[in-house]
Amino acid sequence: MRLIVPLQGVVQGRGGLILGSLIPCALFYFFQLYVKRHRSPKSGSNHISPSQSSPNLAELQRSSSRSNLSSRGSIGRVQVSSRASSIAKPNDSPYYIGLDKVSEDAYDRFDNPDGVIQLGLSENRLCFDLIEKWFSENLKDSVIGSDGGDLSISGIAAYQPLDGLMELKVAMAGFMSQVMGPAVSFDPLQMVLTCGATPAIEILCFCLADPGNAFLVPTPYYSGFDRDVRWRTGVELIPVHCRNTDNFIISITSLDQAFNQARKRGVKVRGILLSNPGNPVGNLLPRETLDDILYFSQEKNIHIILDEIYAGSVYGTEEHVSMAELLDSDDIDKTRIHMVYGLSKDLALPGFRVGVIYSFNDTVLVAAKRLARFSSISAPTQRLLTSMLSDTRFTLTYINTSKKRIRKMHDLFVAGLKQLGIECATSSAGFYCWANMSKLIPSYSEKGELELWEMLLNIGKINVTPGSAFHCIEPGWFRCCFTTLSEEDIPIVIEGIRKVAETCKSSS
Amino acid sequence: MAIEIEQQPSAVGLSKVAASETHGEDSPYFAGWKAYDEDPYDEHSNPSGVVQMGLAENQVSFDLLEDYLEKNSEASSWGSKEEVSSFRENALFQDYHGLQSFRKAMASFMEKIRGGRAKFDPERVVLTAGATAANELLTFILADPGDALLVPTPYYPGFDRDLRWRTGVKIVPIHCDSSNDFQITPKALEAAYNAAEAKNIKVRGVLITNPSNPLGATIQRAVLEEILDFVTRKNIHLVSDEIYSGSVFSSSEFISIAEVLAAQNYKKAERVHIVYSLSKDLGLPGFRVGTIYSYNDKVVTTARRMSSFTLISSQTQHLLAAMLSDKKFTENYIKTNRERLRKRYEMIIEGLRSAGIECLKGNAGLFCWMNLSPLLEKATREGELALWNSILHEVKLNISPGSSCHCSEPGWFRVCFANMSEQTLEVALKRIHNFMEQQRELKEMMIT
Repeated sequence: MRLIVPLQGVVQGRGGLILGSLIPCALFYFFQLYVKRHRSPKSGSNHISPSQSSPNLAELQRSSSRSNLSSRGSIGRVQVSSRASSIAKPNDSPYYIGLDKVSEDAYDRFDNPDGVIQLGLSENRLCFDLIEKWFSENLKDSVIGSDGGDLSISGIAAYQPLDGLMELKVAMAGFMSQVMGPAVSFDPLQMVLTCGATPAIEILCFCLADPGNAFLVPTPYYSGFDRDVRWRTGVELIPVHCRNTDNFIISITSLDQAFNQARKRGVKVRGILLSNPGNPVGNLLPRETLDDILYFSQEKNIHIILDEIYAGSVYGTEEHVSMAELLDSDDIDKTRIHMVYGLSKDLALPGFRVGVIYSFNDTVLVAAKRLARFSSISAPTQRLLTSMLSDTRFTLTYINTSKKRIRKMHDLFVAGLKQLGIECATSSAGFYCWANMSKLIPSYSEKGELELWEMLLNIGKINVTPGSAFHCIEPGWFRCCFTTLSEEDIPIVIEGIRKVAETCKSSS
Repeated sequence: MAIEIEQQPSAVGLSKVAASETHGEDSPYFAGWKAYDEDPYDEHSNPSGVVQMGLAENQVSFDLLEDYLEKNSEASSWGSKEEVSSFRENALFQDYHGLQSFRKAMASFMEKIRGGRAKFDPERVVLTAGATAANELLTFILADPGDALLVPTPYYPGFDRDLRWRTGVKIVPIHCDSSNDFQITPKALEAAYNAAEAKNIKVRGVLITNPSNPLGATIQRAVLEEILDFVTRKNIHLVSDEIYSGSVFSSSEFISIAEVLAAQNYKKAERVHIVYSLSKDLGLPGFRVGTIYSYNDKVVTTARRMSSFTLISSQTQHLLAAMLSDKKFTENYIKTNRERLRKRYEMIIEGLRSAGIECLKGNAGLFCWMNLSPLLEKATREGELALWNSILHEVKLNISPGSSCHCSEPGWFRVCFANMSEQTLEVALKRIHNFMEQQRELKEMMIT
């Protein structure tokens, strides 16, 4: 039931209007309430949508149930929750449409040179050889040995602590220290492990906010947050827009503005959600900005969730300052700071599902530990990764090599774009560059941006992600992931973009 | 007994979910585990410790798994060169559809457990990290905050947390009692539905566990048909948690809701969803492998997307796909596991009977439902908890009191028998024997 907007005007307004506006609004509100209560459950809105799922679903089952329903008449289709209804809608985001297009017509240098090249998936494929080498050298025997002891089936088959094995937490703490710089150390007792960073963020939101509350998030932001923060928690995400002129770094003024606007609307802001390094821009939050945000959160008495999942993929010369570093000082209330990390990016193992919640708040830790039962990491995978992360020589080599290779691809790619007159935002981390193609878009609007995106997909044969998918307020920006490419692919990508640029010039 | 959480004088507030007690860890069900953790029985090092009989874990068939893995070690590692490229794909694979080979394997395994009497389509299998996640996910999908699911009592204490905590959904009990062996009746279904309606609570579905935990018994075909009828008339959902389906002592005695649907040509199928997991039948709870099987397309789509919060490691999927597709292995495993569980069950029933204790007639699961009501001083929940307490601290056995399972009749206890060796079970039975002797002597003394 939607909130009656006219009330807002009344709140700000002049007394005489109150009765004139309030009474009809109140009446309408109560009318809606009445209608909702007395609506017959059987005749509820029919969510008869054609199946969006796989076409392989057994035809017999579906058609027979449908025909029988129509003959029965009054009993409607059984409903799902309103939460589910919104999630079941078809994915119309360019992010997903692009991914589908690639899977239907994937580029292959030999087998399908006219296919679509994938630049929409933020995955690091540049260093798999290192991981494969580690496996072939270190895992001659199966993960589940039958020689008894810890590696035997009974060792890992049984119920484990649902928030992760202590050995893995210890190894992870060591790895995170390696990644975030020598100045920081992590306590395994303050860690909760989850099957991926996705549930880590959701669990934190469940702990820090009630339905109807909100988190402030600087734009452009990782579109997955819309799902992780909002789907099941009922928590709102309020975008705080950042611009190119600030290199997309958040300002305290805009945070403050957003906070106040929310308050006026009657929405309680519970915290700020930040990504550092950022996705999709790949920028790093300067130390002073982090300090300012910390101070702001103390002033407003709110939380900070810091997603540092790309912390090990910093290739630029700028320094990544982990929030953990700033918390050494005594006059900061650490209980409001919570970090999310994972192995999907830095260690390129998204399939294994490993995420971390790191918090300084004991109550949050207790609750998160209990909630982790819904998102636990599979035990054999934990064993495997404990081994890998404990091999600190390997992890150090991996991280350093990865940075070098990402940097190389980044420089090649950005140079290629420059040749076409396309500038990128300054990025020092991540697997992508944030390219400004606003000169090419037919109209300086989201619509124009999407048109360009489609041209890039269909004419240029590349799948990049338009800025609107990340809620960017300035049209024309595109995230281009280059770590799924090989060096030979770059000229082909540039050529594709050039083709589109020509098409745009000729049509304008 | 409650787990004390010192509330930090933290200036910054937390959510209601974080502060809520719905995690249920303060109930006796979990407190008994604490007593066990502090003083665990060990044959050699701590023979007077607490024997854990409150954990429904299956340890009777590990050797079969170890045997398989020894003979098929390539399936579980990526040592060979040929496996290298598949490793790369696997480590990168995070598609919420799950590995097709694994879904196929799960579907075929579920078919085998039901003796081929039901067919499962791999495209309807949604993977989750355990049945705990599967039940919660389904609740999110089928009900809104404030709505209710009807659940027959007694039920698995974890449901209070899994179905209610984050979802905001309520559980309205369907009361069952010993007069008819705790079977669900249409009368009880109606009564529960009406009780919810009277409180203006919208009922979205019925959730049954078949075979039942804690009863250790399968639900009869006629009852399943009645339940299906009921949910159809009320236009609500039916979730059948069949996590113990592979632990039925005799294959012919388990009727899955899938079979009932098939017999009726899947007319009512779109409201039915089955939950399964490898934690009990295969004794692999640490692997976190659960599944939702739904006949409703929208639920499948939504569940898939929501499973992003609870994906199974691709490594685990790869590992188990080969094992579960192995016809010879699975057939032998299912048969042998059933046999061993049946033997254990008979052992404990006989042991309890000779101690003068009767149990509900069971035919499945990793536990039996024991009747200690004759021993109660007062036929109340308090009386039951007092008895539970003395069994925990004097007899040194952790068993689960019926009240933690919301049983309406005091005096029933769930006793697990598959999470220990036969020797340990004998030790436990001996202790019970002695305890019962003492109780008899006490009674005699009081009479004379």
